[in-house]
Amino acid sequence: MAQDLITGLTERVDRLLADHDPATTDRLEFLRARFDAGLAWVHFPEGLGGLGLPRDLQIHVDALLARAGAPDNDPRRNAIGLGMAAPTILAYGTEEQKKRFLRPLWTGEEIWCQLFSEPGAGSDLAALATRAERDGDHWRVNGQKVWTSGAHKARWAILVARSDPGAPKHRGMTYFVCDMTDPGVEVRPLRQITGEAEFNEVFLTDVRIPDDHRLGAEGEGWRVATATLMNERVAIGGGDPRRESGMIGAVARTWRERPELRTPELHDRLLRLWVESEVARLSGRRLRQKLAVGEPGPEGSAAKLTFARLAQQLSGLELELLAEDGLRYSDWTMRRPEIVEFTGRDAGYRYLRAKGNSIEGGTSEILRNIVAERVLGLPPEPRTDKDAPWKDLPR
Amino acid sequence: MSDELDLLYTDVEESVRDSVRALLAKRCTPDRVTAVYDGDRTGLDELWRALSTDLGLAGLLVPEDLGGAGASAREVSVVLEELGRFAAPVPFLTSAVVATTALLEAGAADRLGELAAGERTAALAVPLSTVPGRAVPAVTVHDGVLRGTVTAVAGALEADLLLVPVQGDGGLELHEVPADAARITPVTSLDMTRQIADVELAGAASRPVADAGAAERAIGRALETGAALLASEQLGVAQWCLDSTVEYLKIRRQFGRIVGGFQALKHRLADLYVAVESARAAARYAAAAVAADDPDRSVAASVAQAYCADAAVLAAEECVQLHGGVGMTWEHPAHLYLKRAKADQLAFGTPGAHRARLAGLVDLPAA
Ligand SMILES: Cc1cc2nc3c(=O)[nH]c(=O)nc-3n(C[C@H](O)[C@H](O)[C@H](O)COP(=O)(O)OP(=O)(O)OC[C@H]3O[C@@H](n4cnc5c(N)ncnc54)[C@H](O)[C@@H]3O)c2cc1C
Repeated sequence: MAQDLITGLTERVDRLLADHDPATTDRLEFLRARFDAGLAWVHFPEGLGGLGLPRDLQIHVDALLARAGAPDNDPRRNAIGLGMAAPTILAYGTEEQKKRFLRPLWTGEEIWCQLFSEPGAGSDLAALATRAERDGDHWRVNGQKVWTSGAHKARWAILVARSDPGAPKHRGMTYFVCDMTDPGVEVRPLRQITGEAEFNEVFLTDVRIPDDHRLGAEGEGWRVATATLMNERVAIGGGDPRRESGMIGAVARTWRERPELRTPELHDRLLRLWVESEVARLSGRRLRQKLAVGEPGPEGSAAKLTFARLAQQLSGLELELLAEDGLRYSDWTMRRPEIVEFTGRDAGYRYLRAKGNSIEGGTSEILRNIVAERVLGLPPEPRTDKDAPWKDLPR
Repeated sequence: MSDELDLLYTDVEESVRDSVRALLAKRCTPDRVTAVYDGDRTGLDELWRALSTDLGLAGLLVPEDLGGAGASAREVSVVLEELGRFAAPVPFLTSAVVATTALLEAGAADRLGELAAGERTAALAVPLSTVPGRAVPAVTVHDGVLRGTVTAVAGALEADLLLVPVQGDGGLELHEVPADAARITPVTSLDMTRQIADVELAGAASRPVADAGAAERAIGRALETGAALLASEQLGVAQWCLDSTVEYLKIRRQFGRIVGGFQALKHRLADLYVAVESARAAARYAAAAVAADDPDRSVAASVAQAYCADAAVLAAEECVQLHGGVGMTWEHPAHLYLKRAKADQLAFGTPGAHRARLAGLVDLPAA
């Protein structure tokens, strides 16, 4: 069965390559053809860039295309689009929305960002205060979002806003696709500890969103947002399928290149983390295999917990290994980067950026709560804010 | 082991702390410190003058008959706690502690008056990451001039005077070179509040301050003193991180509650408190052992570094994490402490290097 699928996929890839020789075809044209051939993300349905096949088979397609020298869609440029917006649109979008948004999202023609967090609503996302008011066949949105990665280069945003302040907090939200070129959208850079401004503050003033850019039903925003967040955790924590990819790869490279830095103590710590990274990689594989059908559940939170811890321990270890060179840094200049780099640049950057891994996409504390409550079924903390109307909650 | 050493703070030490803290609170604000990451060092010379000269901190370790205050490592360690608490970008550790100790140990009394008065600032030209007792990189001397490069030197940018380890015919010597005779290249540093520099000597005339034998010991003692007292700076960093995190979690609300009321976070902060108080014990012992020139001072220094370096990093990492998104911003000062704590962990030997050093000192050999 699996072998048949692989043979079929290989033939498809060969056909794509024969019809669109990567050496002579324009990059974008190739990517669009790849999408139309169902080889973008094979687990998506036919007609939407996929073939309805198990997720894990994508690795095979990617490897064949890479070997043929075909361009890829540079997924780092559109991590939020690919990891979060796309699966949400697939799960909750109308047919028109899927047709409109998924192809340019996958090819990278349209970059996406995530307008979820607010100054008063981070871990407690359901407390959010950005208002969406119905206005005929449109919505009018007002409020402030914060920590919005990549808002400065985004064409579209996934947005959660409060549509019914009289309902309990989890029930009064609606989920939208927001046009980042709307004149009511103001994006201001927020510099972060690495020196650059990857994230932003976003001010929304009378932003007009057509009702046909609503994702899911009115008042169903929490459910849709939860789907996005589950996907986000898998996207961040699911990991690269290759051995020694990610942070362990960076440290292993330094270790191999700099024998003069080695000590028995660091060696032991490195190998422990190597084993843990390998186990995390295998866990990610199991996760993807389980996800072959259906959507990620709270188990993705476990993967993201491990990912963040390892990224931090490994990047911290690398600086201790480098010792003198660990005292150096590449560049503090304020910039607004094109992509989010987790493992690039220098060791100091990696160390600092990894600190965000246990905050973005749900903090490690919140993810532990999710594992404890939703996977293990332990009782939640007593809460007073769940059933009262949102507008009556203290802020 | 020296059980008679006092690990508490004396009234004199507390009053030193008060005056340093009052000055730093006024003149070493987080905005002022953050600006050094963008290359803005305005006002820092004045800040150093106020600390070194007006408060007289540069001369704490220098005996009164040599123009100093005749205090000890105990008072110095309290100053370092406060400098850590403010992530202060001043060359106190490099000049008033390490370079001053090197000169004292070398018996080079003639330079100490100027240093103690804060008229001149000095730096020992070794990489900041040098482990006490390990070989230091040395430049060469021919026909009375020095040639060679020393990388990652802390305090060189602020120094008027460099103390340079030199490979002489009979062994390691220590020479003095005016800073303007060296080429000093600033390095973009992980911790810009203690920016390092590469020092190149291309034929600089020098004056020996310690000859073979004496130099080795003076450098070793200076580095060990640096390691021992750096622990107090790490304690100050950790204390700030704990205090500011507790303060924030007492006001931040999510889920209709004060976030600090969640038991998971209370336990985290309680553990951090235990770590900070333990760091205090280790740092105080190291300072007391150096002050008394106790036979246990080498053990005390390595215990303090092995423990306090990690405690400061832990505190700074928890501080960022428990502030959530705010902790990842340039605007919030948490990052100043994260960078200082991580660079401090590499300074004068990593915790791993100090554990290895202890293995010999306390007779627990690796194999
Ligand atoms: C690099 C980076 C990129 C980001 N990108 C985006 C983005 O593109 N779009 C977007 O919408 N958001 C983004 N975020 C925001 C991120 O999702 C939030 O920062 C995060 O959810 C935490 O919210 P907060 O910052 O308000 O912290 P808070 O919720 O205030 O949390 C403060 C601390 O309290 C802890 N805490 C809170 N509640 C509990 C509890 N019940 N039990 C135990 N501990 C608790 C938290 O774990 C944290 O340590 C980004 C954040 C970072 C750091």
